[in-house]
Amino acid sequence: MKFKKWQKALCYTFLALVLLGMYIPIIILVIYSFTEAKSIGVWTGFSFELYKELFTDSEIMGAILNSVILALVSATLATFLGTLAAIGIYHMRKTPRRILENVNRITMVNADIVTAVAFMLFFIAVRFIPDGWATLIISHTMVCTPYVVMSVMPRLTQLNPNLYEAGQDLGASPIRVLFTVLLPQLIGAMLSGFMLSVTISLDDFVITKFNGGSEVETISVYLYNKLKKGVKPVLRAMSTLILVVISLILVAINIVQSRRAKARKKAAEV
Amino acid sequence: MTSKLRFSRKYFAIPYSVLAILFVVVPLFMLIVYAFMDGDGSFTFDNFSRLGNGEVWAVLGRSFLMAFLTTLICLVVAYPTAMILADSRLNRWAVLVMLFIMPMWINSLLRIYAVKLVFEDMLGKGFGLVLLGMVYDFFPFMLMPLYTILSSTDHSYYEAAQDLGANPYKKFVHVILPLSLPGVISGVLMVFMPTVSTFAISEILGDSENSWMFGNLINYNLERGYYNVGSVYSLVMLILIFATTIVADRLTGGKTAKQGGKVL
Repeated sequence: MKFKKWQKALCYTFLALVLLGMYIPIIILVIYSFTEAKSIGVWTGFSFELYKELFTDSEIMGAILNSVILALVSATLATFLGTLAAIGIYHMRKTPRRILENVNRITMVNADIVTAVAFMLFFIAVRFIPDGWATLIISHTMVCTPYVVMSVMPRLTQLNPNLYEAGQDLGASPIRVLFTVLLPQLIGAMLSGFMLSVTISLDDFVITKFNGGSEVETISVYLYNKLKKGVKPVLRAMSTLILVVISLILVAINIVQSRRAKARKKAAEV
Repeated sequence: MTSKLRFSRKYFAIPYSVLAILFVVVPLFMLIVYAFMDGDGSFTFDNFSRLGNGEVWAVLGRSFLMAFLTTLICLVVAYPTAMILADSRLNRWAVLVMLFIMPMWINSLLRIYAVKLVFEDMLGKGFGLVLLGMVYDFFPFMLMPLYTILSSTDHSYYEAAQDLGANPYKKFVHVILPLSLPGVISGVLMVFMPTVSTFAISEILGDSENSWMFGNLINYNLERGYYNVGSVYSLVMLILIFATTIVADRLTGGKTAKQGGKVL
């Protein structure tokens, strides 16, 4: 069945309206980052003043740096922990496998605030972990790891199970087989698990707030504190900067993925 | 063959298992313990008496109303969007899907800021603005699972329905909708409970009189150091979430698993 012209037009109009709804607030935000106006609606002329203010604001720059460091460290830890866990869980018998898979689901299913409160009570009870970077890295790593497990696990079904055995038969230690045989085959899935972890960590606010966010200010905590009081115009420039960086990362991921898909297609044809 | 003990691959899961028990399972138990403790650390049921307070139920009722409206609006807009995007005759551009999913990766506080910036003067702080913020924030999480399921369903089912003489309405109600039910349930799961448990959106876009969510109640108690009362409310939230997840699992045969939640 083919669509009539008016039906197609109707569908595209609908999509356009939804997209407009999704992007209008963001677009207005970006446009108004290029003017010093106190509020939206009054345009006081084009200027880069907010950006000058942004790059000299040490609090904002510090928050951005903290967020990036936290995301990279937690995502790296989560990627190693989660990849090892996925390999282990995959080779377990049914019952332990099911138990671990369910434990792995807990933080994914649970509400952020409940996870955050549980972490906080734990850290209050265990006094030797100082509130700040340590609590932030532990909580972010534990929240990201399940997503790495989920992205590595499906890839394991496609591996040749005999390669690990073969490596061991040839006298390599388990660690050596892991690094020379298993991990190279999983690198794609590990990479998407890593990227996923980075975005989850960067996006997180609730867990950060209760587990060290008062000591180490991240972008989310900074935004929250500012939005609760009153909004400074410089936030528009900061948001625009973050939006640009995120878009560039997403475009890069997309290009890499479509290239790999094309390469795979080509390989399949040959 | 050597008699040397083999290092089985399952041992690779040991580090994560230990850490997950220590940092995920133990804290949840501590949450339960805290709910049954008073400020001095002795056992009590007193914290639960708060649940007899009418105000708590008013907040919970309002949270459910907000969550219901948010979920409904998201579903009504996201379903046709996902159907069009998943139809290869209509959508020939992979980039289009990307555009719809992209807001998911933008920091949610940043998106709430955008809503505040543009709509606060128009609507004023309150229930309406919070509802708008919720829909704006959670829409991609409804769209994503719907698109995933609709684009992976075998189209020959639809054609079969047509060949057997079903009109478009019947085709939708008896074929398309039932086949996409796991996606609908995932989407509802990812919008409904997060709406109940969020506190930042209602704090930034609402007023404490008319738009406090259940999450605000938890946050309020924790910010003031009332950990035991906060634990009781968290426990209620925990039970609500696990109950709905189990029901959803039953309905979909375990396919919900927050699949595709944020997956690339």
